[in-house]
Amino acid sequence: MALLDLKNVTIRFGGLTAVDSVNLQVEEGTIQALIGPNGAGKSTMFNLITGIYAPTEGEISFGGERISGGEPYKIAARGIGRTFQNIRLFSTLSVLENVLIGAHTRGKVGLGGAICKYLPWVRREEGALQEWAIECLKQVDLVHRVYEPAGSLPYGEQRRLEIARALAIKPRILLLDEPAAGMNPQEKMSLMQMIRGIRETGLTVFLVEHDMKFVMGLSDRIAVLDYGVKIADGTPLEVRSNDRVIEAYLGKGAAH
Amino acid sequence: MLLQQLINGVALGSVYALIALGYTMVYGIITLINFAHGEIFMVGAFVGLLAVSKYNVNVFVAMAVAMVASMIIGVVIELIAYRPLRKSSRLSALISAIGVSIFLSSLALMVFGADAKAFPSTAFPVRQIKIGEAEISSLQLLIIGISALLMLGLEFIVKKTKIGKAMRATSEDYNTAALMGINVNRVISFTFALGSALAAAGGVLVGVLFNAVSFNMGLMAGLKAFAAAVLGGIGSIPGAMLGGLMLGITEVLGVAAGFSSYRDAIAFAILVLVLLVKPTGLLGRKIQKKV
Amino acid sequence: MGASLQNLVAGMDPYFLQIIVNIGIAIILALGLNIITGLTGQLSLGHAAFMSIGAFVGALLTIKTGLPFSLNLILAGSITALVGAMIGYPILRLTGDYLAICTLGFAEIVKVVFLNLDITNKALGLSVPPAHSSIPMPIMVWICAILAIVAVTFLQNSRFGRALKAIRGDEIAAESMGINLARYKISSFALGTFFAGIGGALYAHFLGYINPSDFSFLKSVDILSMIVLGGLGSVPGAVIGASVLAAAPEFLRFMSQYRMLVYGALLVFLMVFRPNGLLGGVNFVDLVLRKLGKKPQLAVRNGKKGE
Repeated sequence: MALLDLKNVTIRFGGLTAVDSVNLQVEEGTIQALIGPNGAGKSTMFNLITGIYAPTEGEISFGGERISGGEPYKIAARGIGRTFQNIRLFSTLSVLENVLIGAHTRGKVGLGGAICKYLPWVRREEGALQEWAIECLKQVDLVHRVYEPAGSLPYGEQRRLEIARALAIKPRILLLDEPAAGMNPQEKMSLMQMIRGIRETGLTVFLVEHDMKFVMGLSDRIAVLDYGVKIADGTPLEVRSNDRVIEAYLGKGAAH
Repeated sequence: MLLQQLINGVALGSVYALIALGYTMVYGIITLINFAHGEIFMVGAFVGLLAVSKYNVNVFVAMAVAMVASMIIGVVIELIAYRPLRKSSRLSALISAIGVSIFLSSLALMVFGADAKAFPSTAFPVRQIKIGEAEISSLQLLIIGISALLMLGLEFIVKKTKIGKAMRATSEDYNTAALMGINVNRVISFTFALGSALAAAGGVLVGVLFNAVSFNMGLMAGLKAFAAAVLGGIGSIPGAMLGGLMLGITEVLGVAAGFSSYRDAIAFAILVLVLLVKPTGLLGRKIQKKV
Repeated sequence: MGASLQNLVAGMDPYFLQIIVNIGIAIILALGLNIITGLTGQLSLGHAAFMSIGAFVGALLTIKTGLPFSLNLILAGSITALVGAMIGYPILRLTGDYLAICTLGFAEIVKVVFLNLDITNKALGLSVPPAHSSIPMPIMVWICAILAIVAVTFLQNSRFGRALKAIRGDEIAAESMGINLARYKISSFALGTFFAGIGGALYAHFLGYINPSDFSFLKSVDILSMIVLGGLGSVPGAVIGASVLAAAPEFLRFMSQYRMLVYGALLVFLMVFRPNGLLGGVNFVDLVLRKLGKKPQLAVRNGKKGE
């Protein structure tokens, strides 16, 4: 059974059908990519999965349980971590605090514990959370930045911080929305390494990308979205030679 | 009886609408709650009163003088207290607006004293006109008429003139408007001028209607007018008119029904209820969550 | 102990004492609003109304029951918090200015209701008998103020506080991290209004007389100015802002009639020249640590700089 299962998912905004009866399965332990031209509805798919939008039709299940229509915070707590296309860090807070917020669902301490901060179990939890946050920062190579405000980081590092923050949820699946956007080739190479490393820890990765080359070298399977419709789904090799994909990317007549 | 109350309500509501328009236009363009707007209304009333009592001009001239004076004050306030803050947080601008409001009302207190001042009875001779059961005073008629005229004028400016088009564009998307070569600063000044003129007209009308002008009349009137703007959907000009009329009518009906001691709560109770049902006001645009 | 404290307070200059108490109460109020507006980013323009609920509840408890004052305070705060949560539940779905305006509307409604209730003695106001406590009021105020400062300082850097700050920063990102927006917003509202309730009850018993009109919109603005002046979301900022603005009217007393005029102009000038507050962006903890030659440290060892 697939870890993430989208059945006939459709969403309409007024007259516009942004995602049109898409079926998609993401298998556990794989790197799945979703590509497509600008405005194809890729980010909308992520927003549907994470509950920010509710699908007009269709159903999304995660780990065999239906999640569509649920509240975003509950969906996140089930083990879905995500990054955003247009970076959404808490820019005035420190790098560490950003990751600690990501680790929110890993803790329990509430208002009472916050005020009685010297209780042993409160201190233990805070210590464990911080340790875990540092673990996550290590995975994206940002430990040297812990105290800096997230907003002061260079662009590439902000993208990586978003990944660390999503990892802190301890997700089963990691949704990366255009993680390589705005990076130079070198940064992209190391990002690829990083994503492979993340997969090796047992996580499933689902990424939306623009850059074909990046996706081809990294993914196990690729789905292609065009005007909200899924036009292809398969291994990188299959997708690369698919006529409809070439047409969508390069325009009519470009095939062959 | 009901008709009578309706007429009273429409007269009061037109004034709320006049003030609400200023709030809504400014908010539409720079998303600032211009808290000083209520004080502009108060200043307008005082200028009108001075013109009538010191220079013996008639009400219409006084109103025109008040409108011009308030325009200038409105533009100057924007220049000093809001423009430097355009890039800072909205809260800072709001506090600055509150500061202006406190400044103007205490200035008025110093200059005119704490007692309410009355318009001379000769300012506008009131006659009663009978319509069936109801009695309408020529003053109410004047208020409704002038308000309608001013709102029509506003509609014309916003819809048909070049600067009106620039206003709508800026309100739609501030940055794009600036990129398209619209002089955003001029549009904002113009918006403040327009809003302030309407508030001043409202001030003179209210001063004549209740025969009282005082330094603290701006606060409650401003709050209620703002509530009217939000009720109608802030940023929407027809919304402000609708909201103002609705508040005026319900307030008058509420008082007539015997809730006079709750008078000031009525407006806000309606506001809270409407917002709970329709969080962007009656005619407000739906906000699409942007991700 | 109570008697010696009484003597201590009795020996102080009453005028000075009043300023000190005003500052203490202002700190409690400002810290409460700082939780709602500063930490969680929800603009409230009705803090004075919550203060008035605490004031009337506290006063009535003293008049009608023999409850010891410390219990009275907790009860006044809790009832205010309950009202805050009840109001918060529906209106916190609103965002930004709509929320602000709803809190303002609510505050006006509270004022008008108090002005019309028999139990609050309508527009005449209520005389409040002395509190049932051996600890003099000024000491009580400052005990509460210090507790409030400690509580909010701890809160800020806890899991709870981080969730609030996340909501302030970006609601969509926050809920994508598993933070229950509604729950945390309501908790923040309840907690902030709890502080307001306690502040109100202290105010009522120190002054000995309360009137619904004392808790007007301008009072809410006053409290808001305190936290903005100090820099939103900062505890030392709120404390300093509250101290400055609570004492300012006294220092401006020499120009009696120009006082509010100057106050209004000051607000504008402050915002224009220091839009993030007088002390906004100053990290006090960092500053102190640096003075002591220390860098802030993590609770865990492997958090040291570098690899």
